[in-house]
Amino acid sequence: MTTDLTRLSLAETAKGLKAKDFTSKEVTASYLYAIEKASALNAYVAVTADQALDMAGASDEKLQKGEGGALEGVPLGIKDLFCTKGVHSQAASHILDGFKPEYESTVTQNLWDDGAVMLGKLNMDEFAMGSSNETSYYGPVINPWRAEGSNADLVPGGSSGGSAAAVAGWLCAGATATDTGGSIRQPAAFTGTVGIKPTYGRASRWGTVAFASSLDQAGPIARTVEDAAIMTTSICGFDPKDSTSVDMAVPDFAAAVERGVKGLTIGVPKEYHMDGMPSEIEALWQQGLEWLKAEGATIKEISLPHTKYALPAYYIVAPAEASSNLARYDGVKYGLRVPGKDITEMYEQTRAAGFGREVQRRVMIGTYVLSAGYYDAYYVQAQKVRTLIKKDFEDVFNTGVDAILTPATPSAAFGVADQEMSKDPIKMYLNDVFTVTVNMAGLPGISVPAGKDGQGLPLGLQLIGKPFDEETLFAAGRVIEKSHGLDFTPNKWW
Amino acid sequence: MSVDADTVKRIGRLARIKIEDGDVDKLKDELNTILDFVEQLSEVNVEGVEAMTSVAPMALRRREDAVTDGGYPDKIVANSPISEDNFFMVPKVVE
Repeated sequence: MTTDLTRLSLAETAKGLKAKDFTSKEVTASYLYAIEKASALNAYVAVTADQALDMAGASDEKLQKGEGGALEGVPLGIKDLFCTKGVHSQAASHILDGFKPEYESTVTQNLWDDGAVMLGKLNMDEFAMGSSNETSYYGPVINPWRAEGSNADLVPGGSSGGSAAAVAGWLCAGATATDTGGSIRQPAAFTGTVGIKPTYGRASRWGTVAFASSLDQAGPIARTVEDAAIMTTSICGFDPKDSTSVDMAVPDFAAAVERGVKGLTIGVPKEYHMDGMPSEIEALWQQGLEWLKAEGATIKEISLPHTKYALPAYYIVAPAEASSNLARYDGVKYGLRVPGKDITEMYEQTRAAGFGREVQRRVMIGTYVLSAGYYDAYYVQAQKVRTLIKKDFEDVFNTGVDAILTPATPSAAFGVADQEMSKDPIKMYLNDVFTVTVNMAGLPGISVPAGKDGQGLPLGLQLIGKPFDEETLFAAGRVIEKSHGLDFTPNKWW
Repeated sequence: MSVDADTVKRIGRLARIKIEDGDVDKLKDELNTILDFVEQLSEVNVEGVEAMTSVAPMALRRREDAVTDGGYPDKIVANSPISEDNFFMVPKVVE
């Protein structure tokens, strides 16, 4: 074997395994070796080497007999937000210290049922709260990409920063991730990978540590649009254990990838031209429209008038739901306990020691906006604005628009410990300005690498679809992927 | 709207997060930065608009009120910092 098995796409890996070109044990061992050598990226918080090789061995037996699922023997990384039975599941938080669930999340179970192999658990922003992966208890993840001629460490984005860095840095064939305000799409854009947040309700939330339940949705980060489609098909599906899971058949998303965009109408929202947006992002956006047009799509200017209110509404709704969801971490049932003179002091000291700064800040904002006298002014107002944001999209889709093209992020990856960002929480929050509207409206959104900035760093474009029409996103995303003609593999420095 | 030092301490108590005295001012500034940012929502005309309760057009599924799970208290307490005889142990709450 002369080729490096970690450089294959997920689709190529699955195909090679089925053709018996190599075994799952070989691929898995290659990834485990790569992970061992990549500690500088800090992408994994737990590596399950023995379990991975056992799973790979079981897959090899099936593959030998010509059996096995769509992902049989394919090694994946799992975001630490997903509960995995008997394995480190801490949402990268200190408060879940030592937590090893007695159960398996539906999303990961779906992947194992299709034959996938778990390499380990991936680093992330604590409780998925962050846009740079710097709020993790386990320290920041480092982006495999560096600016040309620079040795400075860059963030991989967040909250699924470990997932994005592991996929970009050849530390897994694909990864699970979650997206509450942009946590799949922003890190995908920062690392030259593909990330999709499916429609709310497509993937079960059961067994995934909750952040903001009306916004949280699982999805994959992968190397290609096709890989993302294969993983999305596996992850999604009706689950009676999640009350908001949608009982609807899941199409074979990979079958839609080469469908093209001929005859589709692509909307361009004028409100997404933000003040101070770098000219290279504007140019990339125009270029993306040209590519879609060249393949037969019609471009149409549209208006989503409430766009600017999505981020402020999000910073009421998400912390409110988080303050409620995170009330369960009390030092009694699992994780960290700091003793106190009575039970209230035990709660207060446990939560002060166990939650990091950003999580505490958001729990406090959520507590405040839900407290007596402020509920109507903040929370109800935000939920009304959310209705208007969703209606903006419905109105546009009702005029015959099939999908919407926007930039994925307002910039390329920025530096670790960026002074501007750490001084002002709002600066960090603005990373999600293009992605958060999609969560507020429950829509599917995909981020696809499309270009590079002046320093050679990846930039992504986002496509937003109608509810449950992920297929159009894969088809249009594939057109962008085929058109850019660029190599999105970072120079290995670690 | 903005919060003062006493409000920060009150929110800390409601959220069951111990706030050190030396940290109150910094937290106050951070919370006010966020509250200033979300203030712009008040300029949106929401007359006649319903507050969103479900992002997907769906009715909440119901099921028969029956026991469908359970019978493994050892697993329930398996991750507890302190447990005894399948009970969670907490400091005394009743005098």
